[in-house]
Amino acid sequence: MISKKSDSLIIAGKKFQSRFLLGTGKFRNKSDVKSCINSSGTQIVTVALRRVDVERHEENILKYIPKNVTLLINTSGARNAKEAVRIAHLAKESGCGNWIKIEVINDSKYLLPDNFETIKAAEQLVKDGFIVLPYVSPDLNVARELVKVGSSTVMPLGSLIGSRQGIRTKELIQILIDEIDVPIIVDAGIGAPSQAAEAMEMGADAVLINTAVATALDPVAAAKSFALAITAGRLAHLSGMAQRAASAQASSPLTGFLYEQS
Amino acid sequence: MKITINGKKTALKSPQTLAAIVRQTCKEPQYVVAEVNGKIVKSNGWAKTVIRENDAIELVSFVGGG
Repeated sequence: MISKKSDSLIIAGKKFQSRFLLGTGKFRNKSDVKSCINSSGTQIVTVALRRVDVERHEENILKYIPKNVTLLINTSGARNAKEAVRIAHLAKESGCGNWIKIEVINDSKYLLPDNFETIKAAEQLVKDGFIVLPYVSPDLNVARELVKVGSSTVMPLGSLIGSRQGIRTKELIQILIDEIDVPIIVDAGIGAPSQAAEAMEMGADAVLINTAVATALDPVAAAKSFALAITAGRLAHLSGMAQRAASAQASSPLTGFLYEQS
Repeated sequence: MKITINGKKTALKSPQTLAAIVRQTCKEPQYVVAEVNGKIVKSNGWAKTVIRENDAIELVSFVGGG
């Protein structure tokens, strides 16, 4: 039996027992973020950086994130590499660590990441001493380039962000899983625990979920359900289950029937 | 004198330090990162940073995000 302890997710030399990364956007109640972290056991949580809203004085999200959780700061809002680099440096100044999810989006209709600008940002931020986890459209050449410049993971999108369509880029993600040596974290588009399990069964190292948990009627239960599915999918992957077959294969022996005559 | 805070033009009656502006503008200054004219100013330097005419200040903080 595979022990959970021996199956760690290792990113930039840091060990994690949970393979569930939680995004903190769109929560109706910020206190649910803390409850979701507790119910799911997630050890990596993403946050974003924005201008202080002088009029609304919104409460800071960091209050609801336990200190032992690794903060992954998202460069969302960046439209090019230069802006992503600027956001990363601002985030580092806050004292919240140097783990950066590079997200560069310059397309307001599909919100697809700009792979080219993401590579440029990754190269610069690695030079500047950041641990970078880039979010990209799944593409083998892009992933290879990201690894070459020193990225700690590759985070391919499963489908359009916030769409809950599941793993629509399955074949392309599978290539990354098979060919890329850093952890592959499926990010965006996962709308149900079954879809998270599917990614893990394929051999993804982890998944990042936000919208599906944050917008559920009961986010805490939703987070727990994803955690269970991710664990199940991981275990299924490690168990070495046989692949699907085109023809029927009997589960019971095809010999020793009662009517057989020798 | 006129300055810009987070893209919004604002008038100051007299010169002020960045520390004073952060205190007046932000409810939770401990979580705020400040930039003046595109350059990060560390929080231990806010008190000695005097804001001048036409300075552009960016005050940022963390929010929920994926």
